[in-house]
Amino acid sequence: MKLLFEKSVPGRRGVGPGPSDVPTTIHLNGDLLRDRCAALPELSELDVVRHFTELSRRNFGVDTNFYPLGSCTMKYNPKVAERIAGYPGFAHLHPLLPQLRMGDMLAQGALAILYEMDLLLREITGMMGFTMQPMAGAHGELTGMMIMAAYHRDKGSQKTVLLAPDSAHGTNPASAAIAGYRVVSIPSGADGLMDLAALKRAIGDDVAGVMLTCPNTLGLFNPHIREICDLIHSVDGLAYYDGANLNAIVGKARPGDFGFDIVHLNLHKTFATPHGGGGPGAGPVGVKEHLVPFLPVSIVVKRADGTYALEYNRPKSIGYVAPFYGNFGIVLRAYVYILLLGKEGLARVAENAVLNANYVRCKLKGHYAPAFDKLCKHECVFSTTEEMAANGVHAIDIAKALIDRGFHPPTVYFPTIVKEAMMIEPTETESKETLDAFIAAMIEIAELAQKDPEQLKAAPVTTPVSRPNETAAAKNLNIASL
Amino acid sequence: MVVEGLLYTKDHEWAKVEGDVVTMGITDYAQEQLGELVFVELPQVGKQLIARKEIAVVESSKAAGDVYSPVTGTVTEVNSELGTKPELINEDCYKSGWICKLQVTDKKSLDNLMNAKKYQEYLDTL
Amino acid sequence: MPFIPHTEQQQRQMLAEIGLTMDGLFADIPADLKAQSFHLPAGLSEMEVRNRLAELAGKNSVDLTLFLGGGFYDHFIPSAVYSIISRSEFYTAYTPYQPELSQGTLQAIYEYQSSICRLTDMEVSNASLYDGGTAMYEAMMMAMRITGRNKVIIDDSVHPIYRVMIHSHTQNLPVDLNETHCTNGLANRAEILDRLDDQTAAIIVQNPNFFGCIDDFTDLAKAAHEKGALLLVSCYPISLGILKTPGAMGADIVTGEGQSLGMPMSFGGPYLGFMAARKEHVRKMPGRVVGETTDREGRRAFVLTLQAREQHIRRDKATSNICSNEALCALTALVYLALLGKEGLKETAQRCADKASYAYQRLTAIKGVEPHFKARWFFNEFVLDLPCEAADVIARLIEKGFATGFPLSRYYKGMENSMLICVTEKRTRQEIGMLAEAVESVL
Repeated sequence: MKLLFEKSVPGRRGVGPGPSDVPTTIHLNGDLLRDRCAALPELSELDVVRHFTELSRRNFGVDTNFYPLGSCTMKYNPKVAERIAGYPGFAHLHPLLPQLRMGDMLAQGALAILYEMDLLLREITGMMGFTMQPMAGAHGELTGMMIMAAYHRDKGSQKTVLLAPDSAHGTNPASAAIAGYRVVSIPSGADGLMDLAALKRAIGDDVAGVMLTCPNTLGLFNPHIREICDLIHSVDGLAYYDGANLNAIVGKARPGDFGFDIVHLNLHKTFATPHGGGGPGAGPVGVKEHLVPFLPVSIVVKRADGTYALEYNRPKSIGYVAPFYGNFGIVLRAYVYILLLGKEGLARVAENAVLNANYVRCKLKGHYAPAFDKLCKHECVFSTTEEMAANGVHAIDIAKALIDRGFHPPTVYFPTIVKEAMMIEPTETESKETLDAFIAAMIEIAELAQKDPEQLKAAPVTTPVSRPNETAAAKNLNIASL
Repeated sequence: MVVEGLLYTKDHEWAKVEGDVVTMGITDYAQEQLGELVFVELPQVGKQLIARKEIAVVESSKAAGDVYSPVTGTVTEVNSELGTKPELINEDCYKSGWICKLQVTDKKSLDNLMNAKKYQEYLDTL
Repeated sequence: MPFIPHTEQQQRQMLAEIGLTMDGLFADIPADLKAQSFHLPAGLSEMEVRNRLAELAGKNSVDLTLFLGGGFYDHFIPSAVYSIISRSEFYTAYTPYQPELSQGTLQAIYEYQSSICRLTDMEVSNASLYDGGTAMYEAMMMAMRITGRNKVIIDDSVHPIYRVMIHSHTQNLPVDLNETHCTNGLANRAEILDRLDDQTAAIIVQNPNFFGCIDDFTDLAKAAHEKGALLLVSCYPISLGILKTPGAMGADIVTGEGQSLGMPMSFGGPYLGFMAARKEHVRKMPGRVVGETTDREGRRAFVLTLQAREQHIRRDKATSNICSNEALCALTALVYLALLGKEGLKETAQRCADKASYAYQRLTAIKGVEPHFKARWFFNEFVLDLPCEAADVIARLIEKGFATGFPLSRYYKGMENSMLICVTEKRTRQEIGMLAEAVESVL
């Protein structure tokens, strides 16, 4: 398909600002101006609309079909949240208004939402205070690491090591390293859970904390989670909960009750805000009482008269991780979702997400090699079988064959500790009929892996492109049309 | 494929010792694990390294690996051809795919390397 | 239950087929780890939620006539922007890990990267970062990786919130941050050159700067390069419709806040951090990048590329921890730029400058109102000195329906009487006239 720039017609006009009602004053010195216009395309509004409509048809979203991308919680995104985010009272609100004198009063509706969201997330996680500033999960991790560092600095502790399991999302070690920590990876045991003996060996006075998902990236809940938190606390370390997998336990169990000190949530996962093709998301961070002073500024507080205000005077705060209040539009959508579901609805989320994952796991375990043949939470992980491997069939071939059958593939080749990993997360919003169709497709593909492996290696054949050459892309780098 | 006469590390680097000068690269096993390489980050000439320190980075489209110096020494020459042809490592990792040369400053650092037979035995355990 | 399709009968059937019970599904969570509290309100219907949120939306003052900018701008957004980005094939997708199912997102990001390069006159761009502030922080970290140095010089005419964000992000890192103090509205050359040495990784400046003044950093680029340091420029993308580009000045890394490219203000986000750089630095650049290639039939195709730098492969050695970025916002910016096109962006920028110039004339004609910086070029924001406290005047004008500007004393000592005024293409001659009358009436 042609690029926008290739469709450009010199002299064609799109949307302009219309006639001017003020004099044109050439008040700028020519040396300060660009010597030629930016080479943007010259297209009509219809040209642009057609171009992007065509592009959208080359895309696959949750609204298109089943999207069981493990670890990403691709659940349905309620339309009402989009509609509400577009209300002018939210969309047109300037973020600097509260910084004017008495400006808090100009944004009482928005501040009420931030305040209430804080309370709701505290109850959901068992924490004592939240910041809405982090703009994605990884940004929440970085914020959490900054809080951890501020806590240890405040106590005068010299701690340099952050522990993370080898099954962790790549963002965990990356966030810790960027915050200045040396990352020590703790191996997983044969049961897929963090090896407690290895953890004990790694524990020392230099340990600032541990970073964990629970359930982990294998979809397994660690029953020793409290013991892990206690071990970390024994050297005055902090336990950080990566909330990427909260969908598995929301309403059933709370990281605060396990002993975690810091939590981030991916609102775009558990709380159903759209993934946007790779953002925007939101990654609020919650902490226990002793860490509340370190949260970023500002914090929304409620005055005695029931109005809301922004508090900036927090001497121990780590400062600013976002210019204002985070991705407010995303926090708002998640707030809408929580109001819609309420207490009962959220508990049903975890139940059905776990039911669906186990249903898929049990139905597929005779056809693929389960990484761990036991109860899982929100996702299950499979490998290719030995027979498939003997036929030269890889996880990538199964993924591509699923595409031809109308499904988005699971996450493949992650977690890296499982060879030929396929990580399936159905989520609670998928019906039994969809799951059955997916299971049937997976079984058909498993059979083809024996009967006609070449067909799988030829897949996909129904898409506009098939298996682009990624090596050539990296080698002959072309990342902009100039 | 393991080549006789070279020395090896557990991280799959090879070293060819000629007097005080060591030529190094990554082994056939390493290049196969990485897949087709798209980029090699070479060290600066003059850089001083102790054995086991990161000396280069090799990247394929889906993986990246640190390359560690097999010995303690100073980088005297790099294979700048890898800048435009990283695939030389895939094609001929022991010859035209060499990464750099080092002037050895601590001969004892050579003692920790394996010979071809030992490296082959090590590979068999993986 | 909303959004959960299973009937009770289906649930029972599924459980029976896999030989489990609902309680059994959570048997791996020890009893003492089960939630000790879960006091949330009962769920509401969509109708109830919409009513409640409409009421909350009504408590936000969005009917003020905005002359408030400060890095976040009230520009006109063509209707087609929203129509296109509301297509759920775009917004309900995730990161394009499977290129065959994501050519739409991938090509759009490639076109976005191309547009950012064309706008800034740079060679490479990433797929987006969170916002202008985190983009500046990432650029600073990138400059330190490239140079292997840790000294950074930042002028205080750079957005004060971005400076405090950088300060916050580097508390636990060995970064030697040096702040210089702008002179008469422009980055302080004497102080910057005095601090610049062969340990310096980067000089960070902004154009137009926080006060709206326009600068040309060609001299700073040259000075930085002589010392082996990089020049980092943060910019306002709309202004690049007419202003000299960072690329033409010799900048090495360019960042900025992309909100003005078609995104509503939404009380602070979601926004768009953009980043562009010289090609030689591409492997040190953080974030996702899309590249063009061909598929196995030789057809044009787009893929995520340079992934080996990223966290999911390099883990603790990655160039950044970023995973999800702001893809939908990048799409928004692309659609906005495509709709305005070459001439439309230029006209919009010129119109902002014209209207600001008109407002400047009207306001400085008022007795007691003086320009703060004498003889300085500005784009669409400028600083005025009032005969009394600016915060007070601004508060009084709110009652008259104007968000008149930003009181600079919040971030700058000695500027109690100064306010920053912004005029976009949306403000009419009539509104500007009414503002001038209102200002006069309260002085």
